[in-house]
Amino acid sequence: MTPPALQVTDLVVSYGPTRAVAGVTFAVSAGQITALVGPNGAGKTSTVEVCTGLRPATSGSIRLFGRPPSDLAVRARIGVMLQLGGLYPTARPLEWLSYLARLYSDPADPGSLLTSLGIDPKTSASTRRLSGGEQQRVKLAAALLPKPELLFLDEPTAGLDPAARLDLLVALRRLSTDGTAIVLTTHQLGDVEEIADEVLVLVGGRLVASGPVADLIGAGDTTSFRATAGLDIATLVDALGSDYQVRETRPGRYLISGLTSPQLLADITKWCVATGVQATEIRAGGRTLEDIVIQASVDDL
Amino acid sequence: MTTSWTRTRAHTGWELRLLLRNGEQLLLVFLIPIVLVLALGLTTLVPGGVDAAIPKVLTISVLASCFTSQAIATGFERRSGALRFLATTPLTRVNLLTGKALATVFVTLLSVLVVLLLGIFLGWRPGGTWPLGIGFALLGCFTFAAWGLFLAGALRAEAVLAVANGAFLTLILFGGIIIAPAQLPEAVGTFVEFLPSAALAQGLTLALDEAAASTAQLLIPALVLTVWAVIGSILARRFFRWE
Repeated sequence: MTPPALQVTDLVVSYGPTRAVAGVTFAVSAGQITALVGPNGAGKTSTVEVCTGLRPATSGSIRLFGRPPSDLAVRARIGVMLQLGGLYPTARPLEWLSYLARLYSDPADPGSLLTSLGIDPKTSASTRRLSGGEQQRVKLAAALLPKPELLFLDEPTAGLDPAARLDLLVALRRLSTDGTAIVLTTHQLGDVEEIADEVLVLVGGRLVASGPVADLIGAGDTTSFRATAGLDIATLVDALGSDYQVRETRPGRYLISGLTSPQLLADITKWCVATGVQATEIRAGGRTLEDIVIQASVDDL
Repeated sequence: MTTSWTRTRAHTGWELRLLLRNGEQLLLVFLIPIVLVLALGLTTLVPGGVDAAIPKVLTISVLASCFTSQAIATGFERRSGALRFLATTPLTRVNLLTGKALATVFVTLLSVLVVLLLGIFLGWRPGGTWPLGIGFALLGCFTFAAWGLFLAGALRAEAVLAVANGAFLTLILFGGIIIAPAQLPEAVGTFVEFLPSAALAQGLTLALDEAAASTAQLLIPALVLTVWAVIGSILARRFFRWE
């Protein structure tokens, strides 16, 4: 049987007395996009660093294609975009990629790769002179250079403008369709809902929720909306009746638990009219990943 | 999968490319030795004129390019995260360190060539045993490169900058290069003789001297350098960190 592209079992990563990752288990198959999400300090980057061989695991097992991350043959099959690092500051993008290409037996063409990501291969600017978004794209090019079977992306959309972000999402979907397994960490939860097949929610180093996006966000009867922070939600509870619970999960974000129905939406709208509240982003029938992450963080506290 | 040699060669070429276009490195590796040859060879700062100056400047060239320049450049590569990324590629630690060492040896030999040509222009006439001189220069290269990489891999970039420059000046002035160990108080001189800088300076002086040195005379500095090279290599391999 072919082993999964990535198998993480009971992973523990500690920094002195601090436990960054506490017993996380998951697997990623070929062609699957898996997103690690969670608040800052949840253990996402530590998990990626251990999986890419940058850091040893305190305990547990990591297998990439059935082999340890330190295995050279494995390192030739993965692409990595790190949150910190990945550029040579004084080198031009093309020369950096051309050098990296010589480390692989069948790399992509560096010039074509840069062009496809919107970077002029002939630019004379060193990577440190590029804008943040351009630097991200060069880092992505370096990650894609080995034509990886398993791609790790740590905050890939940070610093990208909306158009470049969309292009990246399309490119990732195309790669996964071609069979590349992708592990990404991000705070852009909307992007995750759009492209991820599996989501792992990490909080305080623990895996608190996982599964296909549709299952996670569809779970539970929840309706949410945004409005001015600090509204008197007691009047909304009165308006909706005892079958519903209302919470302000964070300033300006209201979550209503209970059966979602057209009547509920009508009642919320009626209450908004009566109290002069301008609600935005009303979302019925499911939670957002943001709700899940925030709720998990609150529960963890 | 590429071979280890292919990756080492790729990294050597990459290091050379970076070294030869970095202004600060060129200053350290080429300009300082040239100025020193002129300063020591054309003045009476060091007894013996240009003949005595050339081995000392060659030692400084090796120290500058293999130790100081190498350590500072690698320290900043670590800080920028470039090495951290390379650790996720098929480039191994041995590929990286060997590539750096080979590139440094090449640049050092260029620097040595410049010093020798300038020395000949100023009237220096090489004598002694040339192959031994080259052997000492190479051994010195590997010794100082190993220590430079150990330093760069173990300390923070800012600390590397301070320690590498501090050690560079200290070794030039008090490490048996400008002032020979024999000219120092006996206890201090004996200690200094066992420093790699003094061993390299002494070895080069003996190897390039008109009166050919005996094997026994060369054995001690060669042994001292070898011990430093072995310890430095072990430490570099053991403690070099990518990030």
